[in-house]
Amino acid sequence: MLHIEGVRLAYPGRILVEELSAEFKAGETWAVLGRNGSGKSTLLHALAALRRPQAGRVLLNDATLQDMPRRALARHVGVLLQEESREFWGSVNDYVLLGRYPHALSPFGWSGQDELIAQNELVAMHLGDLGTRPYASLSGGERQRARAAALFAQQPLVYLLDEPLQHLDLPHQVALLERLAGEARDRHATVVMALHDLLFAARYCNRFLLLFGDGRCSIGSAEEVFNTGLLGELYGFPLTLVDAGGERLFLPATRAGGRPHV
Amino acid sequence: MSRAAKIVALALIAVAAIVAGFAAGSVSIPLASLVSALLHPGNDAISEILWKLRLPRVLAAFSCGGLLALAGTLMQVLLRNPLADPYVFGISGGAALGVMAGMLIGAGTVAQTGMGLAGAVLTSALVFGLSLRAGNWNPYRLLLTGVVVAAGLNALLSLILVLAPQTAVKGMLYWLMGDLGYAGNPLPGLLVLVVLFAVAMPFAPAMNVLALGRMKAHSLGVAVGGIEFVLFGLAAVAAVTAVLIGGTVGFVGLIAPHLVRQLGLADHRLLLPGVVLVGGGFLTLADTVARSAWAPLQFPVGVLTALLGVPILLMFLAGKEKDAAH
Repeated sequence: MLHIEGVRLAYPGRILVEELSAEFKAGETWAVLGRNGSGKSTLLHALAALRRPQAGRVLLNDATLQDMPRRALARHVGVLLQEESREFWGSVNDYVLLGRYPHALSPFGWSGQDELIAQNELVAMHLGDLGTRPYASLSGGERQRARAAALFAQQPLVYLLDEPLQHLDLPHQVALLERLAGEARDRHATVVMALHDLLFAARYCNRFLLLFGDGRCSIGSAEEVFNTGLLGELYGFPLTLVDAGGERLFLPATRAGGRPHV
Repeated sequence: MSRAAKIVALALIAVAAIVAGFAAGSVSIPLASLVSALLHPGNDAISEILWKLRLPRVLAAFSCGGLLALAGTLMQVLLRNPLADPYVFGISGGAALGVMAGMLIGAGTVAQTGMGLAGAVLTSALVFGLSLRAGNWNPYRLLLTGVVVAAGLNALLSLILVLAPQTAVKGMLYWLMGDLGYAGNPLPGLLVLVVLFAVAMPFAPAMNVLALGRMKAHSLGVAVGGIEFVLFGLAAVAAVTAVLIGGTVGFVGLIAPHLVRQLGLADHRLLLPGVVLVGGGFLTLADTVARSAWAPLQFPVGVLTALLGVPILLMFLAGKEKDAAH
């Protein structure tokens, strides 16, 4: 579905990603892992055509992303940005309806069908009774859920999410990941998300992209990637492997197991 | 109240303001005579006053207020700043400089208007050019460039006021404060208002998305660069037209969008018609008070919009604090 070839991402004086090629297939759930500033957001922006890579191509179903009309692209690719303006002057309903913008047929806005979809997504994110509240008055977690509701209302086939779990409490973290896994399984959507939680990454993702922040990248399955050596190198921090009833947990090592070298 | 009902209510209030503007003045016209003079204009004094004086003045006030409110709304969404007003490009300063210079050399009204237009166009081109030249586009730099250029123009305006002969200073001050006494034929202004509104309306859904920032708007499928360019153009034309009608009337362009948003009409598809009605109605009402409350003395309307606008804006800010405390 989404395809990258020989991609290079760099800032002046610093190369983040070099010669990265990957195929993000329909139905796959990807975790992008790496330290702060390793290029996770930059990569997601490139995948969403919000930034042009310094080299290489990003293709959606064999069409170059940069050549596609914005609106058509937004019907296929949905993005949850890490940050956006909180200064939205409308209600929560108004906000979630913005997710329908790429689908609206009339130049004057959306139809009753669009409003129904937005309303359903609000309810699915447990915001059903906050619809008329000013968006700016929401708490951090509620705002994150409203942002997710707008993304699901967009009904894309490629989901790009930058730290989707931020501000969410535990039940809502699980609910959001379950929903994303469902989108991949039932609608054959592609999900690519930048995560910091290794447990959730292991539970909900089947493909992994590791960014070392110096141009090097690793791609693989859980078996290939999830070992203390590679992950310890990725984070520059020693990890301890714990078996919890068949599930492998990677815990930050305590001082007894080795002094952290941040 | 549903959102559509709120728009209808705003329209009724605007019509009431216009009717009040027809009726009130140094000679007040009873409603019955007003209706008959509107429907069957005769040669009597009332028809004369209504058609020659009141109607052009009231329509000029409405179009000026509507244009200012429209420009202010566009500027606020484009600059993602609730304190932006129609004059952020230095349009008011540029136009004022042109008109004042015209008054200083004793040019006629048409020449003054032409010089005002030239000043406004030159200033906005200068501000736009300077902020674009720096490469990657940034609304904050545009805002700051506009503020700095306006400060420079203000110094030049003060210089002109000092150099001008005593007799000309009063007219200049009236113009600077905003005065509809020299508005003239209202039809061009009304026509510009209708055209700009019609062009802006199809962009209303995109404006809703743009309010969230350029990157978010990009990701939702808005062709940001082109749309911003069109909207800046519309805002500039609206502001220049308004300034040429009534001088630099303050506060209308700033408060109209806030008032309408407070009514729960933040969606630009409703906000745009709402601000035109509120801005037009507000300036019509303020101008009616300015020319009739102390008749035969006439005040510049800008004084009244500021006197009314300041407490309204302060009330809005106090309400905003309360929201944030929730």
